[in-house]
Amino acid sequence: MKSLGSIRRSFTPWNDPAAKPYIAFENVTKRFGDFTAVNNLSLTVFEREFFALLGASGCGKSTLLRMLAGFDEPTAGRILLDGQDLRGIPPYRRPVNMMFQSYALFPHMTVEANIAFGLKQEGMPKAEIGTRVAEMLRLVKLEQFAKRKPHQLSGGQRQRVALARSVAKRPKVLLLDEPLGALDKKLREETQFELMDLQQSLGLTFIVVTHDQEEAMTMADRIAILDKGEVMQVATPAEVYEAPSSRFVAGFVGNVNMFEGTVASRDDSGARIASSNGLTIMTKNAGAASAGSPVVFAIRPEKIKVSSRKPANDDVNVAEGEIYDIAYLGDMTVYHVKLADGHVVKTSSLNASRISDDPLSWNDRAWISFSPDAGVVLAK
Amino acid sequence: MNSSWSRFNVTSIVLGFAFLYLPIVLLVVFSFNESKLVTVWGGFSTKWYGSLFQNKGLMDAAWVTARVALISATVATVLGTLAALTLTRYTRFRGRVLFSGMVFAPLVMPEVITGLSLLLLFVAVGLDRGFLTVTLAHITLTMCFVAVVVQSRLLTFDRSLEEAAMDLGAPPVKTFFQITFPVILPAIISGWMLAFTLSLDDLVIASFTSGPGATTLPMKIYSQVRLGVTPEINAACTILIAVVAIGVIAASVVNKQREVQRLRDEQAAQRG
Repeated sequence: MKSLGSIRRSFTPWNDPAAKPYIAFENVTKRFGDFTAVNNLSLTVFEREFFALLGASGCGKSTLLRMLAGFDEPTAGRILLDGQDLRGIPPYRRPVNMMFQSYALFPHMTVEANIAFGLKQEGMPKAEIGTRVAEMLRLVKLEQFAKRKPHQLSGGQRQRVALARSVAKRPKVLLLDEPLGALDKKLREETQFELMDLQQSLGLTFIVVTHDQEEAMTMADRIAILDKGEVMQVATPAEVYEAPSSRFVAGFVGNVNMFEGTVASRDDSGARIASSNGLTIMTKNAGAASAGSPVVFAIRPEKIKVSSRKPANDDVNVAEGEIYDIAYLGDMTVYHVKLADGHVVKTSSLNASRISDDPLSWNDRAWISFSPDAGVVLAK
Repeated sequence: MNSSWSRFNVTSIVLGFAFLYLPIVLLVVFSFNESKLVTVWGGFSTKWYGSLFQNKGLMDAAWVTARVALISATVATVLGTLAALTLTRYTRFRGRVLFSGMVFAPLVMPEVITGLSLLLLFVAVGLDRGFLTVTLAHITLTMCFVAVVVQSRLLTFDRSLEEAAMDLGAPPVKTFFQITFPVILPAIISGWMLAFTLSLDDLVIASFTSGPGATTLPMKIYSQVRLGVTPEINAACTILIAVVAIGVIAASVVNKQREVQRLRDEQAAQRG
């Protein structure tokens, strides 16, 4: 049997021009009165994909999910599921199921009855319902809680019941609205991996809505970053993090340092940028920027090296400053370095050994440096 | 908080309870009076209870009242629940403000006006006054109370429960009967009980809209009292008080036990 990892690694239908999208939002707009929740948005999701919609509250991610489930209809545009236009199909006839943020467990029914509810609606024979419910309870490890009512369960258990209920019907697509939002941090991390395993073993398409970038990065094959009802970028977690398409994406996912400047020179191997605060930046990832154009250079904190000694690579990708703030987090240490012009650069260093050979303290002189491959140039 | 029995606290409680319950206690005490004179104590006796059950007029009136209350409370509950559903769910229809104002107007409308206007209506459409007209009038009176009770429950009802049911394949009607109705049932029941009680003790509207052969118990008592209070009336009132008190106490005990059980379950669940 192939391990889940190897399946995941080889799963890249979005790079295959022949692959047919399973779900397609085509120029979808949704307005509530004067408020535009979703603005002319197009998006495709492939079969068996674990897709995340990531954005701050009010970015339209939940509206997308609700339109797919059938609770809201698009004002304009259309949504296709397996080639079929979903317009006008009521929620109870759509082959998608949703796991609600509030879990929406039926308070007057037992765990068992909650899970069986959807199966009863499709007229499944009683014996078969029993088998399926037992299977679902086993899947979420709640066998001994079958006869309990929702209020007799802990938060984590309720979450599992909601999950079991929503996958019991084997929907083509499972929609998850902030599925882990109500759990505490530790439980959330465990559950993330369980959700991934579940998705792989059932072979379902998952679309998860979240505002938690870590959650999206952990679970999803691809992430769509939304802002004000528009898609900012759709890419794998690594691409989103390492090659953000815009300032917004770079700033939204993870921490980032931005340097504004202009392209001084440009050739095939990269660009030389003069930043407005006096740095000379050499980068290999210059995108489409041409000489003379104003750009933003973005670099992640962990890709910047801090040292008490001046690095050897002359005056390129180097700046001097002083240690302004230190946060020791155990696995790594975050340094805020204040440059001569007052610009504060965030850096983080992995604590690979227990005692640093180059200890830095508050107000120490320090040099920051980075390699030509460490950052990316974004259009301004 | 100061929980000691200061002189001020004791005085307040005694005065408060006396104000509330002294008349009722007097009524109950004198229902067991041997003497026919209502205000003179002549020794303990239950004979008035015996003669009460022999009093055909009072018993008939009680039976009419019970039937009117049962029917009107049930119809009012159905209509009031529908009104509450409409008002909480379809918030954008034309005339919603007018409709909600009109549903709740009878809450503050002087009963004399409600009674008079209903009487005029019944006369205008040529409806003979009697059992039917009292029942209709009580439906009008109590429907708004049911609507208020059910509406307040619906406002805190989690709509995602219904969405979840539809998402799992239940059409709207099925969703209502399998999810919404069972969840709001306690509110509907208390709405019904409220309507039943209101109908039971209404005098003003019944006086306007009732006719021969449909005299309700409050009307009967009132008319007899005008001829002089008899200990029989005291006995009838005592029974009424007992019935209402038992109902209220039973309901609150059951509620309390449920609440305690629920709290215990929740704490147990949190402990794992």
